[in-house]
Amino acid sequence: MLKAKIFVELKPSVLDPQGKAVTNTLQGMGFSKVTDTRISKYIEIRFDSNDMELCALETENICKSLLANPNTETYHYELEEL
Amino acid sequence: MRVSVITFPGSNCDRDAQHVFSERGHSARLVWHKDTDLANPDLVILPGGFSYGDYLRCGALTRYSPIVKGVVSFAEKGGMVLGICNGFQILTETGLLPGALMMNKHLQFICRHQYIRVENSDSPFTNGLETGTILDIPIAHKEGNYFIDSEGLKRLKDKGQILFRYCDHTGALADNPNGAIDDIAGIVNTKRNVLGMMPHPERAATDSVISQDGKEIFQAIERFFAANA
Repeated sequence: MLKAKIFVELKPSVLDPQGKAVTNTLQGMGFSKVTDTRISKYIEIRFDSNDMELCALETENICKSLLANPNTETYHYELEEL
Repeated sequence: MRVSVITFPGSNCDRDAQHVFSERGHSARLVWHKDTDLANPDLVILPGGFSYGDYLRCGALTRYSPIVKGVVSFAEKGGMVLGICNGFQILTETGLLPGALMMNKHLQFICRHQYIRVENSDSPFTNGLETGTILDIPIAHKEGNYFIDSEGLKRLKDKGQILFRYCDHTGALADNPNGAIDDIAGIVNTKRNVLGMMPHPERAATDSVISQDGKEIFQAIERFFAANA
């Protein structure tokens, strides 16, 4: 079994209003060194396979076709054995 | 005119759209998302709502719904498609329209009347409407903040693809409800047969509601069909 740990992040050029609201709250709480917050998605997918190459290819296709929107997001991932 | 309104799990404006077209004398039917036959329409409506729960991203899962394949090939052959609110989000996810709808700048769900300005009358959806015409059309969304990169925005402008912009009651670009880039409320594809818009014209097109301005858009569509029938 392999597990893909996938991160989908907003491109730096895209405004992240949720991150901005969290920054404001953190600063209000007294975390005065905080200057910015970006909120991303973390997704885990399990594969019934131990073939690293095959699962990397599958993960790549999954990210491209569904998990990330190329207009606004980038992605990266790691595969780990379970 | 034959109108097919697609119902996805989570759609909630499908019956409103069907009602408006039926009331105007057209044959409007609901088509279930698991169907693959669009029922030979002149116009397809992708309605508002929260298809597939808006999970992952609005419209992202819907893109792989069985009927959407048919909608994409219908649009690619020149068929007319109108995506309203969630329908606009679905159209960007399928790639039929460029850009993406992001969360509103102020993080709030907005439900209110909104003025929009007709920016271009060269389309089946705006023909006969003068540029600068102000329409009062309700909005109801949390992810309506249209985003496109600067090159994409330039292309939209160069090709006259921006059909509607948010404005105030005088037509000034001074009332952007969601942070959309360049005040964009609705765009068409380059072939001009696919329109995506966040405001809900079907909620402003019956005599029982405050604004009737949505009728202007439906009348434009009818003019287009009358001229091309």
